[in-house]
Amino acid sequence: MTNSVGRRANAIYKVARRRDDVLSVTRAQTRDAMMRHFKTIDGNEAAAHVAYRLNEVVCIYPITPSSPMGELSDAWSAADTPNLWGLPPTIMEMQSEAGAAGAVHGALQTGALTTTFTSSQGLLLMIPNMFKIAGELTAAVFHVAARSVATHALSIFGDHSDVMAARTTGFAFMPSASVQEAHDFALIAQAATLATRVPFVHFFDGFRTSHEIQKIEVLDDETLRTMIDEELVLAHRARGLSPDHPVVRGTAQNPDVFFQARESVNRFYDACPQIVQRTMDRFATLTGRCYKLFDYFGDPDAERVIVIMGSGAETVRETVAWLTANGESVGLLVPRLYRPFDAKAFIEALPPTVQAIAILDRTKEPGALGEPLYLDAVTALREQETRNGSRFIEPPVVIGGRYGLSSKEFTPAMVKGVYDELAKDEPKNHFTVGITDDVTHLSLEYDPAFATEPADRFRSVFFGLGSDGTVGANKNSIKIIGEGTDYYAQGYFVYDSKKAGSVTVSHLRFGTEPIRSAYLVEQAQFVGCHQFGLLNKFDVVRYAAPNGTLLLNSPYGPDEIWHCLSRPTQEAIIDRTLRLFTIDAYAVARDAGMGGRINAVMQTCFFAISGIFPRDEAIARIKDAIADTYGGKGDEIVRMNYAAVDATLDRLHKVKVPSEATSTGEPAAVVPDHAPDFIRNITAPMIAGRGDSLPVSALPCDGTFPMGTTQWEKRNIAQEIPVWEPDICIACGKCAMVCPHAVIRIKVYEPSHLDLAPPTFKSFDAKDREWQGLKYTIQVAPEDCTGCALCVDVCPAKDKTQTRRKALNMEPVALLRDAEKANWDFFLTLPELDRSRVKHGNIRQSQVLEPLFEFSGACAGCGETPYIKLVTQLFGDRALIANATGCSSIYGGNLPTTPYTTNTDGRGPAWSNSLFEDNAEFGLGFRLTIDRQRQWARLLLKQLAADVGTQLADEILNAVQTDEAGIFEQRARVETLKNILAQRDTDSARRLTSVADMLVKKSVWIVGGDGWAYDIGFGGLDHVLAGGRDVNILVLDTEVYSNTGGQMSKATPRAAVAKFAAAGKPARKKDLALMAAGYGNVYVARVAMGAKDEHTLRAFLEAESYPGPSLIIAYSHCIAHGINMTKGLHSQKAAVDCGLWPLFRYDPRRAESGENPFQLDSRAPSIRVKDYMLMENRFKMLTKSHPALSAELWKAAQHDADTLRQTYERLAANGAGDTVTKKADPAVATT
Amino acid sequence: MDLSTTYMGLKLSSPLVVSASPLSESVDNIRHMEDAGAAAVVLFSLFEEQLSHERLELFHHLTFGSESYAEATSYFPEVPEYTLGPEEYLKHITRAKRAVDIPIIASLNGFSLGGWTDFARRMQEAGADAVELNIYHIPTDPTVAAELVESGVIEILEAVKSQVAIPVAVKLSPYYTAMAHLAARLDRAGANGLVLFNRFYQPDIDLDRLEVTPNVLLSQPQALRLPLRWIAILYGRISASLAATSGIHDAPDVLKMLMAGADVTMMCATLIRNGIGHLTTVKNDLLRWMEDNEYASVEQMKGSMSQQHVHDPATFERAQYMRALQTIPVWQ
Repeated sequence: MTNSVGRRANAIYKVARRRDDVLSVTRAQTRDAMMRHFKTIDGNEAAAHVAYRLNEVVCIYPITPSSPMGELSDAWSAADTPNLWGLPPTIMEMQSEAGAAGAVHGALQTGALTTTFTSSQGLLLMIPNMFKIAGELTAAVFHVAARSVATHALSIFGDHSDVMAARTTGFAFMPSASVQEAHDFALIAQAATLATRVPFVHFFDGFRTSHEIQKIEVLDDETLRTMIDEELVLAHRARGLSPDHPVVRGTAQNPDVFFQARESVNRFYDACPQIVQRTMDRFATLTGRCYKLFDYFGDPDAERVIVIMGSGAETVRETVAWLTANGESVGLLVPRLYRPFDAKAFIEALPPTVQAIAILDRTKEPGALGEPLYLDAVTALREQETRNGSRFIEPPVVIGGRYGLSSKEFTPAMVKGVYDELAKDEPKNHFTVGITDDVTHLSLEYDPAFATEPADRFRSVFFGLGSDGTVGANKNSIKIIGEGTDYYAQGYFVYDSKKAGSVTVSHLRFGTEPIRSAYLVEQAQFVGCHQFGLLNKFDVVRYAAPNGTLLLNSPYGPDEIWHCLSRPTQEAIIDRTLRLFTIDAYAVARDAGMGGRINAVMQTCFFAISGIFPRDEAIARIKDAIADTYGGKGDEIVRMNYAAVDATLDRLHKVKVPSEATSTGEPAAVVPDHAPDFIRNITAPMIAGRGDSLPVSALPCDGTFPMGTTQWEKRNIAQEIPVWEPDICIACGKCAMVCPHAVIRIKVYEPSHLDLAPPTFKSFDAKDREWQGLKYTIQVAPEDCTGCALCVDVCPAKDKTQTRRKALNMEPVALLRDAEKANWDFFLTLPELDRSRVKHGNIRQSQVLEPLFEFSGACAGCGETPYIKLVTQLFGDRALIANATGCSSIYGGNLPTTPYTTNTDGRGPAWSNSLFEDNAEFGLGFRLTIDRQRQWARLLLKQLAADVGTQLADEILNAVQTDEAGIFEQRARVETLKNILAQRDTDSARRLTSVADMLVKKSVWIVGGDGWAYDIGFGGLDHVLAGGRDVNILVLDTEVYSNTGGQMSKATPRAAVAKFAAAGKPARKKDLALMAAGYGNVYVARVAMGAKDEHTLRAFLEAESYPGPSLIIAYSHCIAHGINMTKGLHSQKAAVDCGLWPLFRYDPRRAESGENPFQLDSRAPSIRVKDYMLMENRFKMLTKSHPALSAELWKAAQHDADTLRQTYERLAANGAGDTVTKKADPAVATT
Repeated sequence: MDLSTTYMGLKLSSPLVVSASPLSESVDNIRHMEDAGAAAVVLFSLFEEQLSHERLELFHHLTFGSESYAEATSYFPEVPEYTLGPEEYLKHITRAKRAVDIPIIASLNGFSLGGWTDFARRMQEAGADAVELNIYHIPTDPTVAAELVESGVIEILEAVKSQVAIPVAVKLSPYYTAMAHLAARLDRAGANGLVLFNRFYQPDIDLDRLEVTPNVLLSQPQALRLPLRWIAILYGRISASLAATSGIHDAPDVLKMLMAGADVTMMCATLIRNGIGHLTTVKNDLLRWMEDNEYASVEQMKGSMSQQHVHDPATFERAQYMRALQTIPVWQ
C-alpha cells in the first residue's frame, strides 16, 4: 500500500474511532481506500513479519520448525529494518528456550513489547515462565510453529502436542489454519493481548503452515498502527518495573492469600473472548477478512459437524464445500480462540440442526478421557445443556478423534471418512483417522480415492535432489505465478531424513480460488522428475493424473529414453495417456557453467510445457526472477542462469509414446530377500516412501528398534567412488580413519581366505611386523559411499611416476559398481582380526578395528562422524552412548535406517537420545546404573563365591581390565559364571545373572554438539564434570547449531557469520576446554583429526582410560562453515596452525606423578588467522556484507589466537604444582 | 638538488614510487609511504578473476547444502546486499586520495576484455591519478601464436584508453618474443607508460608432499638486470614513460635505473623486508650520492647510460653476452 492510500485508510478509521463507532466503517469504504498487496511467503515469515514490527525485544533460540522466524528477525535487524516505532527490535539469542522465556519475562516486566518464537520441547522449556508471565497479567505473544513433543521418538513435524502441553499456563491460545491467518492472527493476538493483559500463544502447524508457501495479502504498517492502540502500549510500558516508580512483583505468598490472589485474574479471562472478537471485527473493517471466535462453514442446517483447529480446518473446509455442493448436510466449526474457551460462542456457532459432532484433536493424551479440544467441547455442551436446556433440535452425539500426529497426512478422503462415521447410528468415539490401527481398532475406514480439488486448479509434483536446486526453482516458480498473476499459489516441500544425497519432493498448486488443500498433491497435471534415478526408487508416475505431463531429466535422447524406462513406468505412462518430455538438463547446465544446478533449466521446461504463460512471457518472467534472486550475488550468476534458460528450449524434446510397453526391466527390490523380517516388512516400506501404509501392529510400542539397519538401505548416491591402488598404498590407515560413512574398511586376514575371492578383489601382504604372513585389504562399499573424497584428500601415498595418482583415486562408479559390490560382499565374509592383535594406539593398526557405526545419513564429508566411528572402533562393543539432540542424533537415530551396529558377537554400542538440554545428565544416569549394578554384582558374587567357585569369583573380582586382552578374558569369565548360574535355581543366582554383564568394563559416552555442550546443556554438563563419575564426553564442535541450519552458539568464533549473528559474531568463542580443565579432576583434550590424527587417537584412548570424567572437544568441519567439504581436513589443520584451535591434553593423572597435567600439543601458529578465515565462507562473507565491521572483527580474532597461545604456553610451562589438581574420586573411579 | 621527475605527465617530487603490493591495502601505510618519501603509490592490484571468482564462490557456499533437509533449508543468514564489485577498491582509492597529496595509481590485473574498461573508468571516477594495467598472462595454448598474444595486449589497452582520460601505464612481463616491437605498438596505441617488468607468481615443488606450491618470492637485487637492459634499450625510442620495477632495493639501484632511462623506480620487496621507512634511507642515499657526484637533478642523469647514450651500445645486446661468457673462469 502506498503511504498516501495508507494515510487515507487510517484517516477513515480514525474518524470512525472518534465517533466510537468503529464498525460503522464499511468494508467497502476501507477496501476502496487500500490497494491490496500480495506476497508469496511461508507461514514463518508471515508471522515473523508482524511480530518483528510490533515488538521491541525478541528473545530467540533455534528449534525446528520455528527457527526461521528468529532467523528472519535477526537478518532484518542486521539490515537495520525498523519496527513500527522506527527502531529495529533488539534480537537476543539465548542459551535455551528456558533462557529465552526468562529473558522475555524480564523484558516484559520492564515494559518492553517482547516476543519469542518456538516449537515443541522449546515451548515446554518455556512453561515455567509462561505461568509467571500469565500470572502477572503481562501482555505478550509467543509465536509457536506447533510440533510434536518427543515421546517414544523425536519428531520435527507438526501437531498440537506442544501447545496442548502448555494450555494450563494461563496463556490464551489462537490457532492459525493457514499462512494468511498466521499473518493476520499475529496482529490480532498482539492487539488483543495489549487490551486484555492476557498473554497469547499464537500457533500454527509446524511445516504444514510454517513452511508452506502461499500467496497472501500482506498487512501494511498503517493497518498495524491502526490495530495497535498506542494508549495500551503506553499502559504496558507504564506497568514495567522502574526505580522511578518502584513496586514489588514476584512475591512469595502463603496459604492465607495465594488462592484468592490466583482467583483475582478471572475477570481478565472472562473479558478476553469478547475483546478478541472486537479486535477481529476491527481487523475485518480494515482488511475485509472476517474472523469469529468460532467460525462456522458449510450447510447452515447441517446435521454433521466437525470441530477442528489448525491447518486441518482448511482441508475440512475444502471438503465441506464439495460435500455441501453435492447435497450433503455437513458443516465445520473452527475455533479461532481456543483458550479462554468461550462456551457460549461455541454453542451459538453450531447449527441447531446438528445431530452429530466430531471433535478432532491433533495431539494424543494417553490415559485421558479424550483429547483437550474434545474435553472442552463436551464440557461446554454439557454445561450449556444443564444450564439452559439444549439449544439443539436433538441433543447431538459427540465423538472425539485424533488425526495428523507428526504431520501425518490429513486429506479430504479422511474428512469424508469422519463425516461418514458421524452418519452412523453409533459412531466410534476416540477414533483415529489416517492410520490403520489393527491393535486397538480405533481407526476409521475411508475411501482413499475420494478427492475434492477443483478441476481447474493446476497441480504439479517435482522430484529432485537437494543439490540440484529443484526446491529453489519451485519456490521461484510460485513467486513468479503468485506475484505475477491473479492466481493463488501454494508450495509445500517434503525433504529427506538423510542429509547426503537427499531427495526432495515439491508440491505446487495454482488456481483462481484460494487454496485450502493442506495436504500433498496426489493427482498432478504435471510431474517433473529431475533425477532419472529416482524413477526407480519411487513410484513417481503414480502422482500423474490421467492425460497429464511427465517431464524427465535424463541423459537419453527422445528416441532412446523409452527403452530406458522400466516396464511398470512404461505401462503407467501408457495407461494414463501421459505426455512425455525429456531433456538432458545436466548437459545444458554444464554448458552454461552452472555445474550440477539444473534449477533454471527445469524451471524453463516447466513453464514452456505447462503453458501457464506464453513462452516468451514465461522466459521474461523467469529472467526477472533470476535477476531478483541472484542480482545481489553478482552478475556472473545472473548471466549463467540466463544462458541456461536460453539454451533450454532447443534441447527439450517431446517423446513419442508407443502404444505398448516394451521393457522387460523391473525396478530393483528395496532390500534384498535375505534381509531380516523386520527390515523386509517394516523398514523396506519406509525406505520406499510407503511408511504411511504400515499398521499400528507393525511398529514397536516403546520406540525400540533393531541395530545396524543402514546396511540394508543401498542408496547409491555417489557418482564417483575411491579406488584402491595396492601398489602405491603404504597402509597408513588414514583413509579409513577419516571416512565419515565407514565405507572404507581395512581387514587383515589369513591368505587362505583369498581362495574364494572374486577376480578383481585386491590385497597385499600385510606390512606390519606383527602381522607377518597375513594379507591386507582396503575395500570400499560402493553402494554406501557418498563420494565425499575425504579419503583421497588425506591419502599421503603418491605414485612416483605420476604424482596425481594416489593410493586412492576417485573413479566413476558406473563401471565399478557390480565388481565392487561382489568384492564388498566377499570382504564382509572375511573374519575380523583378533582385537588383542591390534595396537590400538597407532592409526595404521587401529583402523583394522571394526567400526560399529556405518553408512549414516550425515552430509557427505561430515567432520563429526569420523570421531564417533573411532569411539565405536575402540570401545564400541562395550559402549553406551547418550546422544544429545542435534545432527549426531539425527544421523545416529533417524528412521528409516540407523547406523549403530553390532559385531559378529552381537555386541555394539547401545544408543539413545533423551533431549537436547539434558544429555550429560542422561549419560550420567547410564553410569549410575552401571556402577550400582556392578557394585551389586560384586556383592552377590562374593556371596556366591563358594557356589560358583572361589577361583573364578576371585579372578572376576580382581580382574584388570585396562586393555583388550583383560576385557576379553573378563568377558570369558563372566560367560562361564553365567553358565554356572544358569544351573542354579535360586533368587541370588537369577539376580546375579541379571547384572553379571556389568562386571565387564563398560564405557559411557556422552555425545553431542556445541549447541548442547556450550549452551543449552552446559549446566548439566558442568555438573557431570564436577561430579567425578567415569563418563566420557565427546563434543563434536562445529561451532554452530548445524542441524537446525547454522545458528550461532557460544562456540561460534568471533567474526563468523551465522544465523542469529548475521552481522558476524562480535564475541570471542567460549573456552569450554579450559573451563573444564579448571576443575583439575577432569581429563580434557582438544583435538582436530585433520591436524593431528595420532593426537586424536591418543586423546580418545587416554580419556576412556581415565577413571573419572573426560571431556574431548573435537573440531568438526561442517557444511555450515561454507567450505569445500572435500577439503574439510585442511580447514581443521588451518584452525590449528593459526592458533584458534590449539591442541592440548589435560590429564590429572600426570599431576599425581608430579608432572604438569597440561600438555600443549600444537606448535606456535604458523599461519595468520586471516589465512584460515579466507578458507571459509562463514568468515569471508562478512567482508562482503559488512566490510568495515569485518576488518575490526578479523583483527580481534587474531588477537584471540594470540592471547590463547599466551595463556596455553603459560599453562604448559607451569609445573604440576602450579595447576589446580585433584585426584579422581576413588569411590567412583574403580572398575 | 632537484629530485623531481615526470611520469606519464604526472609531476612527481622524486622518482621513488611504491609498486603494487599488499602494503597499500592500508591507508595508514600509504600515509607512511608519503611521509617516508614516496612520490607516488601504485595500489595493490584489483584482479579481474578475483571479482568473478569471489562472486561464484559466495554463491556456491550460500546455496550449497540448502533446500536438502527439513531442519536446515539453508546454512547462512539472508543478507540483502553484498559488496561484490570493486566498490571496496574504489572506496580505498578515494580514502587514499583523501589521506595523501601524492598521486595514487590504481592497478588492474587481468587478461581478458570483459569488465576491464568499466573498472578503469570507475577507478578514474573514484579519483585515481592514473591506471596501471598489469597484463599478466601465461600463453600456454600451443595453438596461439605470438602475434595473437600481442594483439590481445593492444586490444586491452585500447579498450581502457577509450574509457579514461587519466594516464594509463602497461605493466608487462619480460617474456614477449619481440619486446621492442611490442613496446612500440603499445606506445602507438596510446600507452602513457610502460612498467618493466612484473613478477610472476612462480610455482615451486614441495618435495615432502610432492605438490606444486605456488608462492611469492620477493625480488632479489640481481633481478634489476632484466628491466635495466630493456629500459636502456627502449629509452629514447618510444614516447611513453618508463618505470623500472623488480630488484630495486637501494639508492644505487635507483641511480642505475634512472641512468638507464627510467622516469621512475618502483619498490616493493625491500619495503616489505625493511619497512616503509626504508624509503627515507633510499632517498637520503640518493641525495648524498648525487651531491657527492655533483648531479643537480634527476633529469640530468635520466637515460645517461641508455643504449643510445653509452659508449658501446652493444653492451646491451648479444655481443655483450658472448663477452660475459668469456669472462667466466673455467673452474666455475
